[in-house]
Amino acid sequence: MAGKPSSLRLIFGRIRRNPIAFLGLLIILGYVGMALFAPVLAPHDPIRQDLDKSFAPISAEHPLGCDEFGRDILSRILFGARISLTIQVFSVGIALFVGVFLGAISGFFGGWIDEGIMRIMDILLAFPGILLALAIVAMLGPDLHNLIIAIGIYSIPQFARITRGSVLTVKQNEYVTAARAIGETKPSVILRYVLPNAISPIIIQTTLRMATVLLTAAGLGFLGLGVQPPQPEWGTMLSTARMYLRSAPMVAFFPGVSIMIVVLGFNFFGDGLQDALNPKLKD
Amino acid sequence: MGRFVAQRLLMLVPVLLGVSLVAFCIIQLSPGDPAQVMAGMEASEADIEMIREKFGLNEPLPVQYWAFLKGLFSGNLVSLRYEAPVMEIVLPHLKNTLILASMSIVLAVLLGVATGVCSAVMRKTWVDYLATVLALFGVSMPVFWWGLLLMLLFSVKLAWLPSGGMGTFAHLILPSVALGTSSAGIIARMTRSSMLDVLKQDYITTATAKGLVRSVVVGRHALRNALIPTVTVIGLQFGQLLAGAVLTETVFSWPGVGRLLVTSILSRDFPMVQATLVIVAALFVFVNLAVDMLYAVLDPRIRYHGR
Repeated sequence: MAGKPSSLRLIFGRIRRNPIAFLGLLIILGYVGMALFAPVLAPHDPIRQDLDKSFAPISAEHPLGCDEFGRDILSRILFGARISLTIQVFSVGIALFVGVFLGAISGFFGGWIDEGIMRIMDILLAFPGILLALAIVAMLGPDLHNLIIAIGIYSIPQFARITRGSVLTVKQNEYVTAARAIGETKPSVILRYVLPNAISPIIIQTTLRMATVLLTAAGLGFLGLGVQPPQPEWGTMLSTARMYLRSAPMVAFFPGVSIMIVVLGFNFFGDGLQDALNPKLKD
Repeated sequence: MGRFVAQRLLMLVPVLLGVSLVAFCIIQLSPGDPAQVMAGMEASEADIEMIREKFGLNEPLPVQYWAFLKGLFSGNLVSLRYEAPVMEIVLPHLKNTLILASMSIVLAVLLGVATGVCSAVMRKTWVDYLATVLALFGVSMPVFWWGLLLMLLFSVKLAWLPSGGMGTFAHLILPSVALGTSSAGIIARMTRSSMLDVLKQDYITTATAKGLVRSVVVGRHALRNALIPTVTVIGLQFGQLLAGAVLTETVFSWPGVGRLLVTSILSRDFPMVQATLVIVAALFVFVNLAVDMLYAVLDPRIRYHGR
């Protein structure tokens, strides 16, 4: 059970001893720091154009050079972290809230409620990968809010399934039967006894989902269906940089590296967390 | 086995109906008047009325949904941009996507299984660590950026391979490498962990004790059982490749169904968007079914315990 300070310390101890997971944690912290302090860290305005500096090379003034409109790439990357983190936090937040709710009642009550919810999840899962998000954006129109909604909805089934599976196992425990026997209401049993003990796989899923969501948002941006220019979203930046791949490949290089490093960070950390929260690997 | 197959096929019916309903709703749930959305912002009142007539948007929703289902298969559902029945356009594009996805999955399986087996056999050596890091890189790399990097190196700098389009085998190489890399990473990790599980089993110790050489133990005795969970992942990956094709096809101008979907969304060709979504989702569902069956063939326990 992850919740008591002692077990938190235990988990953190295991992560610290796993160099890859610890590296992942450092990357995530760096990324969040970039996003939070972008206005302080960025040397220039990320949107203001200066055509005289179009494709300016790497220099002390512009550490990563400039793009086709003479905008400072470093500043755009820093502010891009803000946009990506916003999308990740809100869309995973939506998916977590709705998915855990649906998965918990599905697993706890079973019967036709379970059947109904899970068949709807099957329908959503029938659209592979980015496709469901793409369909929803097509419906609502591309902008930041709709992107968050689309990616949120597309992540719901994963959380619902994982929560359901976990709840199904936990509800067999005797303390759950005992809690019901002493007259606890069903919502209270779910919230106080079942969910806190079913939380580990949900935490792991949240971390790994952060990686997928970032890739999806960037992918939609790359297709022109995500955050719209001139906003410095990494995928959108790559999409325009692609036109100058022959003459100025570096402009496409940095947004791609940023996406990759952050996704690696979440995957490294998620992997380590999986080991750290796995009771079979207790030391 | 026959009953198992029939059961699974029956379960597909509600899913496929649901999929078509979601695709149908794309127009219905768009903010504003669907006819206006389809006609575009600059359309005149007459154009909008024409669209409304043509797509039966004045009818009650269930009637519209039924007409949509019938239209998908009868050829009455017509693309706004191509002015031809949607299926006539979607199916040739789908063939191109299947060519790309198949080549990618072949590459991913060869690379992924080989890496996974080496990793497991040489556990905790530098080979294993290198393979793990490479696999994680493969999974974390945005496919469109990886595609651009490959294009930059092999088409722009070295001029070895064409940078886009379709025609010769050479056109297929870069897109399938770009698309297959992340699946190779996932397959490698899956193979590694299932191989490690199998290598711990008693019958492997017995085989080794009998004096069999390591390559026979690994290749003949361990790999066969280790591949069972890998098969599921391969099937799931095939579905992911269909989705990943959306991005890869855009990078390499590959005339597949993914690129068709994106261009249709951008040009507001809604009937085409709907048809593409239904077809790809249906294909994905059938691939998953095929994987489940293959799994049941490989592991007889599944058939008897059912689900």
